[in-house]
Amino acid sequence: MAVLVLADHDGSAVTQPTRSAVAAASKLGDVTVLVLGPRAAAESATKVAGVAKVLHTEDALYTNGLAEPLAALLVSMASEYSHLLAPASAAGKNVMPRVAALLDVQVISDIAGVVDADTFVRPIYAGNALATVKSADPKKVITVRAASFDPAAAEGGSAAVEAAPKGEDPGLSSFLGAEIVKSERPELTAAKIVISGGRAMGSSENFHIIESVADKLGAAVGASRAAVDAGYAPNDHQVGQTGKIVAPELYIAVGISGAIQHLAGMKDSKVIVAINKDEEAPIFSVADYGLVGDLFKVMPEFEAELAKK
Amino acid sequence: MPARGAGGNINSTQETAEAMKLLVPVKRVVDYNVKVRVKADGTGVETANVKMSMNPFDEIAVEEAVRLKEKGAATEIIAVSAGPTACQEQIRTALAMGADRGILIEHDGILEPLAVAKLLKAVIAKESPDLVILGKQAIDDDMNATGQMLAALLGWPQGTYASKVEPADGGIKVTREVDGGLERLQLKLPAIVTTDLRLNEPRYASLPNIMKARKKPIETLKPADLGVDVSPRLTVLKVEEPPKRQAGKKVGSVQELVEKLRNEAKVI
Repeated sequence: MAVLVLADHDGSAVTQPTRSAVAAASKLGDVTVLVLGPRAAAESATKVAGVAKVLHTEDALYTNGLAEPLAALLVSMASEYSHLLAPASAAGKNVMPRVAALLDVQVISDIAGVVDADTFVRPIYAGNALATVKSADPKKVITVRAASFDPAAAEGGSAAVEAAPKGEDPGLSSFLGAEIVKSERPELTAAKIVISGGRAMGSSENFHIIESVADKLGAAVGASRAAVDAGYAPNDHQVGQTGKIVAPELYIAVGISGAIQHLAGMKDSKVIVAINKDEEAPIFSVADYGLVGDLFKVMPEFEAELAKK
Repeated sequence: MPARGAGGNINSTQETAEAMKLLVPVKRVVDYNVKVRVKADGTGVETANVKMSMNPFDEIAVEEAVRLKEKGAATEIIAVSAGPTACQEQIRTALAMGADRGILIEHDGILEPLAVAKLLKAVIAKESPDLVILGKQAIDDDMNATGQMLAALLGWPQGTYASKVEPADGGIKVTREVDGGLERLQLKLPAIVTTDLRLNEPRYASLPNIMKARKKPIETLKPADLGVDVSPRLTVLKVEEPPKRQAGKKVGSVQELVEKLRNEAKVI
C-alpha cells in the first residue's frame, strides 16, 4: 500500500524537513506527496528522489494551514494509504494528532527511526531516552524528526502531479493574520551551520554580534530557551526539546550553559563548538571544540579571523 | 454563553464578559529537574522514589485558566487528571493555584494520548465546559498530541501552541507560536487551546491557598464508569539511552578554533 506525506513548503519548494519525511516514508512504501499551495511547490515535490506521485490543490481552504479542514481532507484520503506522515514541524505536529484521533489510531510523534512497517524509534524524556514502539493500529499516523533522517535529494525524481480531492470546510476557526519574520538567512532546521546565543548575550541588541558572524558563515541564528524567555530572541529561534530540533554540520553555542532541554535540541549536530566564560558549563561536555572566554571579546575576534584568508 | 454546538449564532458583541466554564487536564510526570535514568532491563525509565510534579505546560494551562477567572471571563475551573491515585497531588496543586474542583480518573497502567482524549471527552459530555486548556506536550512521553486528539474527537476547533488567549467576538482569539513567527486564529466556542512556554509564568500557590485547596472537592471515577476502553495501541519493545557524545578538547584561542574548524573538522 502507498504511503502519504503531507508537505510543508515555502511557496516555491517543499522544505528540507519534508524531504526528510520522504526519506522516512520511502522505507515504508511508494511515496505520494500532498502539496497544498502554489503549483511551483508541487513541481518541486515531483523532483524529490523517491516520490512516486504528487497530489496537489491550490484550494484557498488550506492556504493558512487551519487544522480542522486539513485534518478532514487527510482523513478523507486515508483509506488508500498504510501510513500518513508529516515532518514534525509546527504544522505537522498541529494536524497529525487530529488526523490520528479521527481515524481512531494513536499518533506516533517525532520518530527518529523506522525499524519496520509497525515499529519506530522515538525520543522520550527530552531525548534522554529512546523508545522503540510497535503499533497495533491498522493505519499509522506519524510525524518525523527531520534531524534524524538524511533528506531525500531535491533532484532526481520525476513524479506526475494529480489533483488532490476536494474537502469540506468545518467552519470552526478562521485565520486572522500572522507575523512571520522573513529572513535572508537559512531556515534553522535546514541550515548547514547554526549559531545560537544564550542568556549571556544580555540583550536583543547584543544578538547582532551573533547575526554578524552568522552572515559571514551563511548560518542560521538560534537561541536558548533562557534567551527567548528573556526577550533577547524571538520564540521561533528557540533550539531545544520544546523548540526546534537541529542537527547541522556545525553548531556554535555562544554564552549557552547547556541545560538538558537545550542539549536535546542540538546534540545530534556533527560538530559542536561551545564558547562560554564558565569553564564548568555543561555545554562543554558535548562540545567537540570548547573555548573558554568572554563572548563579547571572543565573537569580534572570531568574526575577524573568519574574514582572513 | 451560547449553547454548545450552536456553531454560527454566537453573539458577536463586546459582551465577552459572559463567562466561560473551563476544564484543565493536568498530568503527573517526573519532575523536570530530575535527570531520568533508563532502567537496566530496558523496559522504561526509573520512576520509583523519583520526585513527581505537574507537567510544566499544564501549570501554564492552570495559570491561564485562573487568570481568565480573575479577569471575570470564567466562572468555574475544573482540574482533571487521569492516572494512579497519586495524581490527586497534582489536582491539589491545581486547586491551590485557583481551580475550583477536581476530577480524578483513576487508572494504573499506561494511558496513551488517544485514551486520555477519550476519557476527557466522556468527562466533557457530563461537564459541558466552553474551553479546555491543555499543555502542548507532556515532558515524559513528549507526544504533543492530547489536545489535538481531544479536539478531533469532540469536533471542536483547536488553537495549539498558544502564546496569548483572549475572549473576543463571542469566541476566543489565540496567538500561536509557529515556525517563522506568530499567527492569530479566531476560534468558535467550545474550543481546545494548548499552551506554549510564553503564554504566562505560573504562580506559586500560597500557603493559605494550599490549605484552602484541601477542602475543595475531588470526584473519583474509573475509565469503566465513563465507558472508555483505554487499552494502549503502542507496545514499548525497549527503552535505551541515546548514544553518548564524548567531550572534545578545549582550544586556547580564537585563531586555534578557526584553524581547527577549517582544517581538522572541515566545516567552514
